[in-house]
Amino acid sequence: MIPALEIKGINKSFGPMRALSDINLTVDQGEFFALLGPNGAGKTTLISILAGLCVADSGLAKIMGKNVVVDYQSARMNLGVVPQELVYDPFFTVREILKIQSGYFGNRGNTEWIEEVTNSLGLLDKMDQNMRTLSGGMKRRVLVAQALVHKPPVIILDEPTAGVDVELRKSLWKFMKNLNSQGHTIVLTTHYLEEAETLCKRVGMLKQGRLALLDTTQNLLKRFSGISLSVKTTSSAMPKSLDHYSMDFLSDGEWVFRLSDYSEVEGILEELRKANLPVKSLSLREADLEDVFFSVIKDN
Amino acid sequence: MVGFSTLLYKELLRFWRVVFQTVAAPILTALLYLLIFSHVLQDRVTVYNGISYTAFLVPGLAMMSVLQNAFSNGSSSIIQSKVTGNIVFLLLAPLSHFQFFLAYVLASTIRGVSVGIGVILASTVFVSISMESPIWIVVFSVLGAGILACLGLIAGIWADKFDQVAVFQNFIIMPMTFLSGVFYSIHSLPDFWQQVSRSNPFFYMIDGFRYGFFGESDVSPLISFLVVGSVFLALSFVTFNIIKSGYKLRN
Repeated sequence: MIPALEIKGINKSFGPMRALSDINLTVDQGEFFALLGPNGAGKTTLISILAGLCVADSGLAKIMGKNVVVDYQSARMNLGVVPQELVYDPFFTVREILKIQSGYFGNRGNTEWIEEVTNSLGLLDKMDQNMRTLSGGMKRRVLVAQALVHKPPVIILDEPTAGVDVELRKSLWKFMKNLNSQGHTIVLTTHYLEEAETLCKRVGMLKQGRLALLDTTQNLLKRFSGISLSVKTTSSAMPKSLDHYSMDFLSDGEWVFRLSDYSEVEGILEELRKANLPVKSLSLREADLEDVFFSVIKDN
Repeated sequence: MVGFSTLLYKELLRFWRVVFQTVAAPILTALLYLLIFSHVLQDRVTVYNGISYTAFLVPGLAMMSVLQNAFSNGSSSIIQSKVTGNIVFLLLAPLSHFQFFLAYVLASTIRGVSVGIGVILASTVFVSISMESPIWIVVFSVLGAGILACLGLIAGIWADKFDQVAVFQNFIIMPMTFLSGVFYSIHSLPDFWQQVSRSNPFFYMIDGFRYGFFGESDVSPLISFLVVGSVFLALSFVTFNIIKSGYKLRN
């Protein structure tokens, strides 16, 4: 089967700044894939190259087997992108915007699909409002609807839940899961790592323009398995006897220890008692994608 | 084809939504020029034999409005979309470079020509206007608007802020229009300035357009057609290739 996305040896620089270095990545049809990384890692640049919003210096990118440069019209027909920024045309209503966007993709008689999309996104009662009058969350929903008007087999969402309320996040993910179950390939970038962990079966992590990690979510959690012990004391310093532990200072006297076994907890608490450092709060949790993310960003 | 017609429809709807600003206001401005200049100069300036200065002025003002509005349409649409960021929706669409180019040029041409028609119709209230050769009127108004539409697109793509479009409009387009014979026949100028005027393509647009009304002009309409047609083709080629290259759009 043709991959939904095929990226081979992509390089991109902006002046002296190297935005992407030798990115190789394949996303299969029907996947729900997360592209993660800190700000400035190159996620949006990679999406822009796939969408034809900028051109790679070298390398090859294909969407459903169509080269994004040579066969750009077919490639774009197969792709729907929800941009990160809340952008809109202030001249038009929601209905007009969706009709126009649909027309760009050669569709005129798809009112049923537009109704289905807008209904799922809770936009039906906003259809005749000008974009300027909508709240940020509603504008975000229109962006999603715009990306879907032509029923693309591949959908890329660039931080779609940034700054939106819990209700929209839930309804958006429900809708995306539904689309994914119908066979649409979904690529997601987000800073909410629990979203990626819940939704995506495979994760790629970009760091300083390089693909630092690429694996299934399950494997990553196994690889980086462990326990996080958060301890808050009255002091910002830890006794020297605990130096052999992997630990991070967060703020306000809170430390996070990375443990491989629960049995280590007692030893740490004993050292704190010996050092006369009373524990103000304590919590234990198993490693999640956030720990994997920090581990990769810090060490890779 | 649906993609192209949608973009054209969107561009037409965009200026129609603000029709007082994009069509009515330039018609009023041209009428004010007509009233003031004709009042001051009617009895002092002689242009062509048997043609009043007021009648002479109408095609010049109409063409000036066509050109300025064709330029404004393309440049303001592109720069607004770039500054607000909504150009992304167009760039994500599977439109060909030629469809992109043609829709913008055609929409700007339609706005320019609409304003020109409005100026002529409104002028008939004050002066009787003859049309000796309507085909030349159509040819020069469409080609002139097309040229300025291309220039507007280039300016809109090149500019990073509204201020830069204003520089293009006020320091290049406006002087070239005013110095091209809108208010006078170049035969009334000294030899040197006649030669300077002949190197300004805007002169040929207005002179050829005026021929359509009076059957009289400073140069032959065929020469004007060759000049204006060549400039249109050259600018279309440049504009199309700028769009194709993605310069300042896909970067």
